[in-house]
Amino acid sequence: MLHTYTYPQYAYRQSDEQREGRRVRYPVVVIGAGPVGMTQALDCAFRGIPTVVLDDNNTVSVGSRAVCYAKRPLEIWDRLGLGDDLVAQGVQWKVGKVFFRDELVYQFDLLPEEHHKMPAMINLQQYYLEERLVRACDESPRVDLRWKHKVLAVEPQSDHVVLTVETPDGIFKMEASWLIACDGASSDTRRMIGADFIGQFFQDRFLIADVVMKADFPTERWFWFDPPFHRHQSVLLHKQCDNVWRIDFQLGWDADPNEEKKPERVIPRIQAMLGPDVPFELEWVSVYQFACRRIDRFRHGRVIFAGDAAHQVSPFGARGANSGVQDCDNLSWKLKAVLEGDAPESLLDTYHDERAFAADDNILNSTRSTDFITPKSRTSLRLRNAVLELARTEPFARPLVNSGRLSTPTPYVHSPLNTPDTEPFAGRMAPGTNCADAPIERDGRPGWLLNQLGDGFVLLSFGPAEPVRVGGVEARVLQVGRDLIDRAGVLAERYDGQPGTVYLIRPDQYVAARWRRFDRAAATVALARALSHANA
Amino acid sequence: MPLNRHPHIIDPDAFYEELINAQRDLSDEQAEMFLAKLVLILANHVGDRSVLSQAIALARANTLAVAPPH
Repeated sequence: MLHTYTYPQYAYRQSDEQREGRRVRYPVVVIGAGPVGMTQALDCAFRGIPTVVLDDNNTVSVGSRAVCYAKRPLEIWDRLGLGDDLVAQGVQWKVGKVFFRDELVYQFDLLPEEHHKMPAMINLQQYYLEERLVRACDESPRVDLRWKHKVLAVEPQSDHVVLTVETPDGIFKMEASWLIACDGASSDTRRMIGADFIGQFFQDRFLIADVVMKADFPTERWFWFDPPFHRHQSVLLHKQCDNVWRIDFQLGWDADPNEEKKPERVIPRIQAMLGPDVPFELEWVSVYQFACRRIDRFRHGRVIFAGDAAHQVSPFGARGANSGVQDCDNLSWKLKAVLEGDAPESLLDTYHDERAFAADDNILNSTRSTDFITPKSRTSLRLRNAVLELARTEPFARPLVNSGRLSTPTPYVHSPLNTPDTEPFAGRMAPGTNCADAPIERDGRPGWLLNQLGDGFVLLSFGPAEPVRVGGVEARVLQVGRDLIDRAGVLAERYDGQPGTVYLIRPDQYVAARWRRFDRAAATVALARALSHANA
Repeated sequence: MPLNRHPHIIDPDAFYEELINAQRDLSDEQAEMFLAKLVLILANHVGDRSVLSQAIALARANTLAVAPPH
């Protein structure tokens, strides 16, 4: 059915352990080779943990699905060496248009903040992302990606998990010291563990269509409220690569998905939307429904949940895959520290603290968008329409128009791993915030701050500092002016980097603590705290 | 800043007349839209989130304090 894309079939291989009838325990097993599962495996590998990924299928996502990847996930993939490839393949848009009924309300230019290596977002079909991730897994000596491995049972033990796995060669058992379930919104693992998936705020259905344009069409994001070709609902159009456009039709809860999916119903609607003279071909169409909910606890003993298996949001703001990838970023370094005996297991409970907080923030944002897009009462519809009508001429009303707020990282403001400031700082880089990128110079060549942070803790200093150590974990020093040059002054500005200032940065590039001058004792205590050592 | 709950409009009769006149020739639908827009325009002018929250709470409490019509 797809004209622009051929699905790869990845080869199933029987594992040595299954062939030889051995039961092997792995430090980390990931269930699900979607964007989150593969990112999780690659990040574990990046941190030195050999990781097995099990997937019951042998290809990539069908249809475009997740489409929009925001800056922070791109930075995470860039840390894993994939950022440039994804940005090169993806599409970036700058002009957005908002329509109400049959008229253009206003248009806007995205003016992303300058001086970041990664763009504010790219659009890319999920199958391309997954293909790139599969290649990276295949190239990694520490990732063992196993297709056609279906997990039938999960038995948690006190210090490991026993998995019953079915392959084309039969059933065998394997063990994981830590099991990470990235098996999606309808996670079997979640069901087998018996975890609650709660907080269902609303339900809706979407018809999503991939369309190939036969002629030039502008690279813009178009959002309609209550358009004449799809009354009382919303429609979103945006571009992906290969001249494939993605259209999301909101259907409402009462619509009959099978009826709505029929080409004779979809095609006239799209033609009315694009205009009579725009030739196109329907490439893929699907109906999906969503709810906003999250798992009770992200960690159930030795079983840890990430991505849609842990939280589900509406599609507005591209918060699904984007937040899932940030789950991985948060989890991997903590797992590594616990596996190495450098941190207590309680460090993994902060994965729940930080990522459940982010999931709740995503659910809040996506609920707000949904309330604007689908008003629930006559008066809220009136207010929504009033905002849209005002927005035609009144700039003040435009920030109230909510067609989805682009996913940005949630700062972990209440994290127990943070050391609170004791001195005033300007700017956004408070403890619990992800590090903003900045252009730098190293060895006379231009580069980027985030690429200098490496895989461990770092003391980013604007003056003298020395490495500190807690057990086997060292925070090395990256001194501005010595190890890298802040030629443009952007780094000092973003970090309020007055002379002497020191930041303690976690392996996931989040600020743990900061001071106006280096103090060995304070830095050591903050490092211990960031590793969840008691009484730190 | 506390919400001003004391009389603050100069010549209240003329203001009220203007408010009524502005929607006199509108349909009910248009009049409701007019009121919604007026709320948004004034809310933006006020801007102060704490004042807006107090105003929203006052309007709600005042409405709930009145017995609903049969």
